[in-house]
Amino acid sequence: MVHRARASHIASALSIVDILAVLYGRVMNISPSLIKSETRDRFILSKGHACVALYSTLAEMNIIAKTELETYGEDFSWLMNHVSHKVPGVEFSTGALGHGLPFGVGKSLAAKASNEIWRVFVLLSDGEMDEGSNWEGFMFAAHHRLDNLTAILDYNKLQSLDTISNTLGLEPLRAKLESFGWHVKEVDGHNHDELFEALTSKSADKPLFIIAHTLKGKGVSFMENKVEWHYKNPNDEQLALALAELGEENA
Amino acid sequence: MRNAFIEELVQAAFVNEKIALVVGDLGYGVVEPFASQFPKRFFNSGVAEQNMMGFSAGLASEGFHVFVYSIANFPTFRCAEQIRNDVDYHQLPVTVVAVGGGVAYGNLGYSHHAVQDYALMRAMPNMLIASPGDPMEVRACMRYLIKNPQPSYLRLGKAGEKNLHPEVPELTPGKWLKLGSGNVQKTFLTTGAPLALAKSWLEDNINYSDFAIHSLPLWGMKWKSMQIEQIREWEEILTLEDHLLDGGFGSWLLESSISQSNLLQRLRLKYLDPSVCGSVGKQEVLNAMGGLAP
Repeated sequence: MVHRARASHIASALSIVDILAVLYGRVMNISPSLIKSETRDRFILSKGHACVALYSTLAEMNIIAKTELETYGEDFSWLMNHVSHKVPGVEFSTGALGHGLPFGVGKSLAAKASNEIWRVFVLLSDGEMDEGSNWEGFMFAAHHRLDNLTAILDYNKLQSLDTISNTLGLEPLRAKLESFGWHVKEVDGHNHDELFEALTSKSADKPLFIIAHTLKGKGVSFMENKVEWHYKNPNDEQLALALAELGEENA
Repeated sequence: MRNAFIEELVQAAFVNEKIALVVGDLGYGVVEPFASQFPKRFFNSGVAEQNMMGFSAGLASEGFHVFVYSIANFPTFRCAEQIRNDVDYHQLPVTVVAVGGGVAYGNLGYSHHAVQDYALMRAMPNMLIASPGDPMEVRACMRYLIKNPQPSYLRLGKAGEKNLHPEVPELTPGKWLKLGSGNVQKTFLTTGAPLALAKSWLEDNINYSDFAIHSLPLWGMKWKSMQIEQIREWEEILTLEDHLLDGGFGSWLLESSISQSNLLQRLRLKYLDPSVCGSVGKQEVLNAMGGLAP
C-alpha cells in the first residue's frame, strides 16, 4: 500500500501491528456485524499517520474489503493517508496529534454517564506525548476514575527527526503517569501474550496505561529503529526485500 | 443574555436527557442551576480547553448534545483545532458557548475581547453561528439549536441586556429577522448585541429615521448563498457588528454577493476598527471609539 501510494510512515505502522492484532483479534468486542452496535468496544488511533496498519487490520477482520486497500493513496480514495472516520470501523479521524486521548475520554465519560460497560482504547505515539492536550486528558481521566479507558503507548523511542531522548525526553515516564493517577503496565509491544494480559487486566477505579515497548519498523531489518523510515518510501527492491523478510518471519 | 441561556438550557435538559453542559472552570453565578439539577451531565474540565473541547466531541459522538461554556476566546481560539477537526469535521452536536462577545468585557483587556471569533468560526464549513441580539433572540437560538443539534457557536453578550423583541421569534438560519415594521427602502442588518445600537440610532438620529431593522442571529458558510435574494429587496443595507472587518459578518455578506456588482453597491458596513485591539474601556466607549457610532 505504502509503496504503491509513494507514502510515508511505514515504520510507524509496523511498530503497532502486533498491538492491533491482539486488540482486534483477542481483546475487543468487535466484528463486522458490531461496528455500529452500541455495545462494541471503541478503538481510536491517535497516531493517525499509521493508518495503513489499521486499514489492514480492518481488512483482516472483514470489516472492509481487502481489495479496497489497493486504492490507498489514490485521488479521492476514502482510505486517506491519515486515518479517516469515513472508513467503516474507524471511530475518529486523526492526523493532528494530541486529539485522540481527549476524544476517547469523552467516549468513556459517555459510557459512564449511560451506565454502559463497553471499553475505550486509545493508541498513542510516543512523539505525541509532547502534546499538552494529552496531559490535560490524563489528569481529567484519573480525576473522573475512568476505568473503562485504556491508553496504549507505542513506545518505539523515535520521533520524526530524532530520538525521543534527544528531542523532548519522556522519562521517567512510568512514574509520571502513576503520579497522574493512572494504573500503568509495561510490556513488550510485540509479545502477544504480554499484550493480552495487560489489555485484559483490571485497574479498579483508575484508567489503564500500557507502555508498549516497540521497535519502529518492526519486522524489516533495514527499517528497524531507523529515523529515516518515518518518512521514506520503499523502492521496488526494498519492497521485495521487506516482503521476503516479513514472509520468512511469518512462516 | 447569560440568564436567558441557562434558563433555556435547564428547561430543555428536563425533557432531553442527552443534553450535557461542560464548563472551562467559568460560569460562577450562571451555571449552578444546571449543575445542581443534572450533576451527571455537568462537567468542569478545569482550566484545560483543548481537553475540554476534545472530550466534548467524544461525548457528542455518543449521542449527547454538549454545550461548552466559557468566556471570550477561551472556548474558541484556545482549542481552535479541536473545534475544526473533532467537532466540525465529524459534524458532531457540540455548541460552543462564549460569553463576552465583542468588547462586552471591555475593561478586562485584549485577552477578553472577542473581536475575531466570527473570522475563526465562519471558516468552518459545517458551523452554524448563533449570535443573538437580545435575550429573546437567545431563547430563539437555543430552541433552534436544541431542535437541530449540530456543530454550532453561540456568542452571547453578558447579563442585563434589554429585550428588544416583544416575544421569542421563530428563526431560520440565513434568513433575516424583522424587528418592527415600516414601508422603507433602507435597513440595518445586525448580528449580535449591536441590534440595540441600531434600535437607538433609529429612534434618536434623524439620519436613520427612514431605516428598517433586521437582525441575522443564525448564519454561517452554508447559508451564504441565501443572502443575494434578501439583499436584492433593499436599496441600502447597513451592517452592524462588534467584530473586526476582517473575516467578520459584513465581509461575509459582501462575499455572498461578490458576483453582483450592483448589489455590492447597496452594502455599507460598520464594524470595529483594529484600534480597539489593546484598548480598554467600557463596552459602549470602545464600540463608539472603534466605529460603531452613528
